[in-house]
Amino acid sequence: MRIPCPFCGERDLQEYSFLGEAGLKRPDPEASDAQKQFHDYVHIRKNTAGTTSELWLHTYGCRSWIVVQRNTLTHEIFSSEFASDTLKELTK
Amino acid sequence: MSQINRLAEGGLINRSKRLKFSFDGKEFEGFEGDTLASALIANGVSLFGRSFKYHRPRGVLTAGSEEPNALVELRSGNRLEPNTRATTIELFDGLAANSQNRWPSLDIDVLSINSLMAPLLTAGFYYKTFMWPASFWEKIYEPAIRRAAGLGKPPEGFDPDHYEKSFAHCDVLVIGAGPAGISAALAAGRAGAQVILCDEGPRLGGRLLSDKEYINDKPALDWVRDSTLELENLANIRILRRTTVFGIYDHGVYGAIERVSDHMAIPREFSPRQRSYRIITKRAILCSGAIERTMVFGDNDRPGIMLGSAVRTYVNQYAAIPGKRGVVVTSSNDGLSTVETLKKNGVQVDAIVDTRNGDMIQHALGGKRVQAVQIIDKNGKTREVECDLVSISNGWNPSLHLTCHLGSRPVWDENKNAFLPGKLPSGLAVAGAAQGRFSLQEALYDGIRTGNEAAELAGFDPKQFETPSAEPEIFDHRPIWRIKASKGKRFVDFQHDVTDLDIELANREGFKSVEHMKRYTTLGMATDQGKTANVAGLAILGEVSNRTISEVGTTIFRPPYTPVTLGALAGHHKHHEFRPTRLTPSHKWASERGAVFVETGLWMRAQYFPKYSGENWLDAMIREVKGTREAAGVCDVSTLGKIDIQGEDAAVFLDRIYTGTFSTLPIGRVRYGLMLREDGFVFDDGTTARLGEKHFLMTTTTAGAAKVMAHLEFCHQVLWPELNIAFTSVTEQWAQYSIAGPNARAVLETLIDPNIDISNDSFSYMACKSITICGNIPARLFRISFSGELAYEIGVPNRYGDALIRALMDVGKKYGLIPYGLEALTTMRIEKGHVAGGELNGQTTPRDLGLNKMVSQKKDCIGKHLSERPALLEKNRPILVGLKSISGKSNLSAGAHFLDIGSNPSLDNDLGHMTSTTYSPTLNCWIGLGLLKNGRERLGGTIRAVDFMRKTDVLVEICDPIFVDINGERLRG
Repeated sequence: MRIPCPFCGERDLQEYSFLGEAGLKRPDPEASDAQKQFHDYVHIRKNTAGTTSELWLHTYGCRSWIVVQRNTLTHEIFSSEFASDTLKELTK
Repeated sequence: MSQINRLAEGGLINRSKRLKFSFDGKEFEGFEGDTLASALIANGVSLFGRSFKYHRPRGVLTAGSEEPNALVELRSGNRLEPNTRATTIELFDGLAANSQNRWPSLDIDVLSINSLMAPLLTAGFYYKTFMWPASFWEKIYEPAIRRAAGLGKPPEGFDPDHYEKSFAHCDVLVIGAGPAGISAALAAGRAGAQVILCDEGPRLGGRLLSDKEYINDKPALDWVRDSTLELENLANIRILRRTTVFGIYDHGVYGAIERVSDHMAIPREFSPRQRSYRIITKRAILCSGAIERTMVFGDNDRPGIMLGSAVRTYVNQYAAIPGKRGVVVTSSNDGLSTVETLKKNGVQVDAIVDTRNGDMIQHALGGKRVQAVQIIDKNGKTREVECDLVSISNGWNPSLHLTCHLGSRPVWDENKNAFLPGKLPSGLAVAGAAQGRFSLQEALYDGIRTGNEAAELAGFDPKQFETPSAEPEIFDHRPIWRIKASKGKRFVDFQHDVTDLDIELANREGFKSVEHMKRYTTLGMATDQGKTANVAGLAILGEVSNRTISEVGTTIFRPPYTPVTLGALAGHHKHHEFRPTRLTPSHKWASERGAVFVETGLWMRAQYFPKYSGENWLDAMIREVKGTREAAGVCDVSTLGKIDIQGEDAAVFLDRIYTGTFSTLPIGRVRYGLMLREDGFVFDDGTTARLGEKHFLMTTTTAGAAKVMAHLEFCHQVLWPELNIAFTSVTEQWAQYSIAGPNARAVLETLIDPNIDISNDSFSYMACKSITICGNIPARLFRISFSGELAYEIGVPNRYGDALIRALMDVGKKYGLIPYGLEALTTMRIEKGHVAGGELNGQTTPRDLGLNKMVSQKKDCIGKHLSERPALLEKNRPILVGLKSISGKSNLSAGAHFLDIGSNPSLDNDLGHMTSTTYSPTLNCWIGLGLLKNGRERLGGTIRAVDFMRKTDVLVEICDPIFVDINGERLRG
C-alpha cells in the first residue's frame, strides 16, 4: 500500500502506523455527562465498511499525524491532509 | 553413452560448455543452457519422482514453472532445497539433485503399495478415516501420514546464503518477456518511460524460444535478438532476468523475486542467493502468456506423456528428444506443429489423435514409462499403438493469476474455451496470450498497443512504429475434458493426486460449490496451485452436476504465483539482525569490564558486572546493591526516553497529559509524572524537569519512549493544534548516568567545575540545573533517585558518555564507587516500592498503584474521567502491596496468584497476583510487589502465593510496598 503524506509525498505503508477513526472530538471535561461522553469517545466507533477517515502517523517520515480518506473495501485512497488542519476546519 | 537423446545440432544450448551433474547419485553430462529436466531427457531419463499420495512413478509434464511432477531436492547439506522444479533449474557444473518421496529408491518404491489402497485414499479420506479414537491422531495417524505422504524434506540447519530486500521504482512494469512483453517494453521504452521488464527465465523470448516462428518473414529468434539488443541499449529500460513477479498489491506495488545465484553452485562473493523486490510502478502490463492444458484419460500420468508445448520446447530449445516413437493427441492445431517438429527431428509419429475428427485416446499402458496407448476412432474401433512419448495439446489457460490477487475473479469465455481476466487491478493492462489472444500476431500487436498506452498514461509521448508481421494462425480448438470410458486412474491434479472420481465423489457428497470441492479434494492446493489442473477439474464438476463451466465458476489465485523462499522476504532481517540493536554510551566500557548484557527492547543493557569470572547474577546483584547502598554505585540510564519540550504553551500541555500539575513547577526543579491513557489506565511514568520558563525535559520508561513520543504528537497535532509547542526526542543525544549511594555527592564534587555548588542546601532533592564538568564540558544534573539513595543523574552530550563513565570510575575509586546493572537497579526499585513494567501492565489505575495523590483534582487530564469509572473505584479491586517471604528463603515468582490459606485454587478465590519479585540483600529475604484485593485492610496478614507453572506455593506476609527508608531520609540527605 502507498499512502500520500501531505509533507513527504507518496510513501510506502511500512513508514506509517495506523491509529483508527479520525474526526472524533475530545469531549468537554466540564460537561455534566462527561464520563458518558468520554466512554463513547474512547470506545464507540462507526466501523464503516466503505469510505472512512482514518488517522495515520508518518512514524518513519516527518512524524505528522494525517487524516487519510480510504475505502476499506477497495483500499482506494482519496485524500490525505494534516490532522491539525482538519481539526481547525472541524472547530471553525 | 552420454546424452543419447541429444540432437546432433540445433537448440539454444552452448555445446562448447559441457557441465557435469548428478541425479540420485548417478553422473550425467549436459550443456550450458540446459535445465535439469532437459539435460536428464537428453540423457534418456524419464522417471523423475514419485507422486504425493499414491507414489506413482512420474516424469516431466511441462517445460516451465507450472510443472506439477518433476520436483526434486536440489543441492545438499544446509543448501538443500526441496520441491524444486527440474524444469526451471538451470544446469550448472557440479549440480546434484535427488528425487524425493520414495523409499528405498526411485525405481523400487515400497509405498507405491498405496495405489492398491486407493479406495481408502479418496477425497476427504483424512476426515473419514482418522476420526477416532482421538488419542490415535497425534501418536499414530499423523506421524504415519507425514512419513508416507508429502513432498521433500527441508534441511536441518541454517541456510548459509544471504538474501536481500530491495525497492524498485518505474513508470511501466512489464511482466513476462515473450513476444508481447518485448513489444510492450520496446514501445514504452521508446516513448522514454522508465521501464522494468521481468522474466522468470534466463533469456528473453518466451514461446519464440521453443516454437519455430517467423516475424517479418525472418526467423523470430532474429527479432528476439535485435529487440533484446535495443532494450539493453536503452538507458531507461532495466531488464530483470530470472525474476518472477509473484504478486500484485495495492496502489501499484508488485512483489518480485530475482534468483540472482540459483543458477550457480554457490553465490559469488558478496552476492545474495535471491533478492526480493517491492516494485512501485505507475502502470503495469501483464504479458505472462498461457499454460497448456492436459487431458484426463486413463493413466494419463505415465512418464513419457507430456504437453505438446513441452515436447516442442525440449526439441527446439534444448535439442533433447523426449522419445523415439510418438503419439500426438490434440484438440487444436497446436498438435500439428508438434507433429512437424517431431518428424523434422527424426521422431517417428505412429498416430495422430485429432479429437476434432472424433478420434480419442482412451488410456495409456506401461508403468515407469508409457509403452503404448489405446485409441478409439470415430467408428468405435479401438487399437493399441506402441510408443514411448505421448504429446497432449488441449488448449491453453491464460496465465492471468496476477489479475486475481486483489480479489477479481476470471470470467469464462465460451468462444475461446478459457478463463479470461475479470476486472483488472487499477493500473494493470493485459496483453497477448494472457488475455486469451493466443496468436503471435495478436501478441505483437497487443504488446505495442499496451506499451504505448501505459507510457502515455504515465505522462510520456508514444512514438509511432509499425507492428511486426507474423504468419496467420487459425484458432480451432474444441477441448476434451475427460475420457470416461477408459481404464486406470484419470488424474486431474498431478501434484496432489486428485482424480476425476475424487471430484465426482465430492459432488455426490454435497461439495458442489467450487470452493468446497477444492478444499475437499485439495484440487489446485499443491505448490503449483493447479496451473495445469484447475480448469479440467471445474469442467468435470460441471459435467457431473449438470452445470456449465461459467455456472460452476472458479476459485481465485492468490500470491505467490510460484513458491517464494521465505528467506528472500526476510532479507537480512534474521537472527540478531531481525531488528536494530541499540548500544548505550557506556557499552564499550562495560564490555571491557566483562559485563553480562541483557536485551531490553532494542537496547543491550548491562545486567550485572561479575567481579570475577563465573560470579552468578544473584551474587553479583547482592554485591552491587550492598555496594551502592553502603558507598556508591553508577548505572547507565541513557536508555530512558528523553523528550525535549519547548514553547509558549509547554506547561499547559504538560498539565493536560500528566495527572499532576507542571505549570506550578519552578524552574530548576523536577517532578514525578504519571501519564494515563484516555481509558483511564496508567500509560507511562517518569520525571520531567523544568529547564526554563518555556523549556521542559521529560523522561519516559525505556520501553515506553517511542509510544509516549507518538502519544504527545497525537495530543498536540490531533487534540490541541492551537497550542504553541514543539518536541524532539533527545534520547540518543544525551548520555546519562545515575550515581547513587551515601558517597554519590562526594564522587560528583570531584568532577564538576569548581564554581558549582551541589550541597544539600543549594541543590536539594528534586533539583536540576545545567552545569559544567571536567573543565567546561556542558552537563545537566538532576537530583532524582530510583534506588531510594542519595542519588543524581548526570547527563552529558552523547559523545562524552564513554569518557565520563571512565572518569567517574577513576575518581570514584576512593569512595568505593562500583558499577551496577539492571538486576541491582530492579532490586533497589522493588525495595523502594517504585512501580515499573510489571505494575504498569495496562490494567492498573493510579488508585490501584496507590498513586491517587498524584492525580490533581483541580484540573482535567488525559484519562482522568475514565479512571474514575465506578468499576475502577470498587473497594475490592486489587491494589499495590508489598510481599515478604515468611521463610525468607523461598523464591517468589512474578505471576504467582494470591490465595487465602486453606482456600481452593479457583478463579473465585483468586485474590490477585505478584507483579515483581527479587531477593532483597537489604532485608535478607525474598520480597515482591503485587496487586491484592483489599490489600490495605490485609496489611500484616499472611497469604499463599501459588504458581502452578513453576510449581511454587509460598507463604507471604503482606506489607507496605516501601521496604526501605519509608520516610525518604536517605534520598533527601
